[in-house]
Amino acid sequence: MKILNRKTVILAALGASAILTGCEAPPPETIQNGYRGLQMQTNYNPKLLKESLEANVPPEAIPPAAEGGPLAKDVYKNVQVLGGLTVNEFNRLMVALTNWVAPEEGCYYCHVNDAGFEEDGIYTKIASRKMLQMTQDTNANWKDHVADTGITCYTCHRGNPVPEYVWVTDPGPGQPTALAPKGQNIASSTVAYASLPYDPFTPFLLQDNEIRIIGDTALPQGNRRSIKQAEWTYGLMMHMSDALGVNCTYCHNSRSFYSWDQSTPQRTTAWYALRHVRELNNDWVVPLTDVLPDSRKGPLGDVYKVYCTTCHQGAYKPLYGAPMVKDYPSLQGPVPEGGLAAAKAAEETAEAEAAPAEEPASAEAAPAEEATEEAAPTEEATQEAAPADAAPATEEATEEAAPKDAAPAEDAAPAEAAAAATDEQAEAQAEESAPAAEAQGKAKAQQQPQQHPPRLQYPPPSMMRYPPAPLQYPPAPQTR
Amino acid sequence: MAMLSFEKKYRVRGGTLLGGDLFDFWVGPFYVGFFGVSTIFFATLGTLLIIWGAAMGPTWNPWQISIAPPDLSYGLNMAPLTEGGLWQFITFCAIGAFVSWALRQAEIARKLGMGLHVPIAFGFAILAYVTLVVIRPVLLGAWGHGFPYGIFSHLDWVSNVGYQYLHFHYNPAHMLAITFFFTNALALALHGSLILSMTNPAKGEPVKTGEHENTFFRDLVGYSIGALGIHRLGLFLAINAAFWSAVCIVISGPFWTRGWPEWWNWWLELPFWS
Repeated sequence: MKILNRKTVILAALGASAILTGCEAPPPETIQNGYRGLQMQTNYNPKLLKESLEANVPPEAIPPAAEGGPLAKDVYKNVQVLGGLTVNEFNRLMVALTNWVAPEEGCYYCHVNDAGFEEDGIYTKIASRKMLQMTQDTNANWKDHVADTGITCYTCHRGNPVPEYVWVTDPGPGQPTALAPKGQNIASSTVAYASLPYDPFTPFLLQDNEIRIIGDTALPQGNRRSIKQAEWTYGLMMHMSDALGVNCTYCHNSRSFYSWDQSTPQRTTAWYALRHVRELNNDWVVPLTDVLPDSRKGPLGDVYKVYCTTCHQGAYKPLYGAPMVKDYPSLQGPVPEGGLAAAKAAEETAEAEAAPAEEPASAEAAPAEEATEEAAPTEEATQEAAPADAAPATEEATEEAAPKDAAPAEDAAPAEAAAAATDEQAEAQAEESAPAAEAQGKAKAQQQPQQHPPRLQYPPPSMMRYPPAPLQYPPAPQTR
Repeated sequence: MAMLSFEKKYRVRGGTLLGGDLFDFWVGPFYVGFFGVSTIFFATLGTLLIIWGAAMGPTWNPWQISIAPPDLSYGLNMAPLTEGGLWQFITFCAIGAFVSWALRQAEIARKLGMGLHVPIAFGFAILAYVTLVVIRPVLLGAWGHGFPYGIFSHLDWVSNVGYQYLHFHYNPAHMLAITFFFTNALALALHGSLILSMTNPAKGEPVKTGEHENTFFRDLVGYSIGALGIHRLGLFLAINAAFWSAVCIVISGPFWTRGWPEWWNWWLELPFWS
């Protein structure tokens, strides 16, 4: 064929190499997250993964402090948060903290040189105190997000006084333009270089706008959310993917993004994570606005805030799940009044007594792999409905869901999970229970107004079901 | 089916690639040939294997029947029949049937003394399929990267593979492929409507020919590609659509693991403005 002359071949080769020069070399590392052939899968470039693994290694723990000794609050002045520690524990934590946050600046980054260590006259000390409390609160109260891995100062700071990855409300590029500013259409690193809205953090990680866009009905029965809004949600999801070094299918089956029964257990963690980060910003970081200097604030005067990258830094678990906080018991929660040793002893005796009673609760810790378990967030409504609804068929499901009392039913999750549960009993029951709960005035966050004509479930309950996927947490890369 | 009176003239011996005279005959209107036999063999076997797989599966709902490839953990090895092995056999049969069909086209073209444009064009469709189920899985190191054989399940595969790269519309080859598909449809619509308009004139008007066709487009857009040219263009567009489809999926994974929007950073990093 004449068209395959030499010039054409050379041109084609040039074109192909132009496309490929921007690319990577095969083969990548792939991890299956769903049923075979479904292509819920995480892809890693081995070279980049190696760099990331090397960059996300925690420092070695300082040897434990010698036991016993006086408490810090009795020896030092003005110890407000860590007073319950022994002097040895206290000093060990101060050394660790200095290594994590200000290794070059040393103690005097947060303490006033001449005025004595108890002096509060420097903003960094006020901020550190708040951040210590934040760390303790996270490790004690947000185990749905941080599990027992927990966080330390190092998780975010990594040897920098200001964590490397923080965000401020973005006023956008200052270029003159004839178009009204839309908050999008630049290749922004915050949304993995897409043209999506470049500051999805202010609406979702500071304010609590509804992230969910898709309705749970086949036809648009009352869902007024728009494609424009979807772009903001898409922007936030791009950020989450990029921050964790994963893609959409790490949490979602893209054939049905909203559906909890087709999502992976990781999505549950992410659901808590979003609410956790929102709380971190509102309860711990923003209150420091008056304390922090302008050098710690953005162009609009708001302080540097937390988003997913702040801790995750490209790893699906910060520091690839290295359990740092186990070596620092003083960060695992607010320090109890009598010190850590006394609390531990008390806990052991309590544990010995409560051991038989705790057995049923152990099911809570298991990742929600089955559809019935994913119905967990519905249980509040379920329990309320149970007395009124004594049908034997639904009672069984009620009992299944009942022990899982850890899940809050405060937001979109309950309704979503109810709609998504594969178990038809659970589904029927949730539908029955929803109006019942509403009648009691307790369905505080039923975000969708109740539809009076019969709602078309999407997907229809009997359609489009796959055999249960062998969902699994992907093993940590270093164990593969 | 009875043979039309003039067809005998074209039913000549020879031109076979394989099998010599053995299968050089017609059944009704169909030329058989060695590759006709192998097409029937592979197509039947593959279809029966799909039916067998459906019989073993959880459903007879035609939308939901799905023959899924093996888990990634099997790599490039054979998998047990019920855990993806069936998919491997069906893939083999499908490729056998498609390639046989193309070679049968080639035999008929040789018999008639034609060019080989038809089998070459069809070859691009086969290339796209083979890219999906052989080339890309081999580059990625596991048969599990192939798409499942099911009506809904293969759509889910497409969706999930797209979202593995965060935003597939930023895939440069995907952009080209889409453009070629749409342009192909445009060209075919223009060509088809033009020919029909020439052969269906207003009442009382004679049927028109090439001069009118050319004149219409010269009046409209100042240029007519011509009677032969439109077919060259059509083939070019169609082949490119299939080719860039194959490229867009083979670079996703083997040659790029991150979000496709990020790929465009080479543009942002050009020295002119960075």
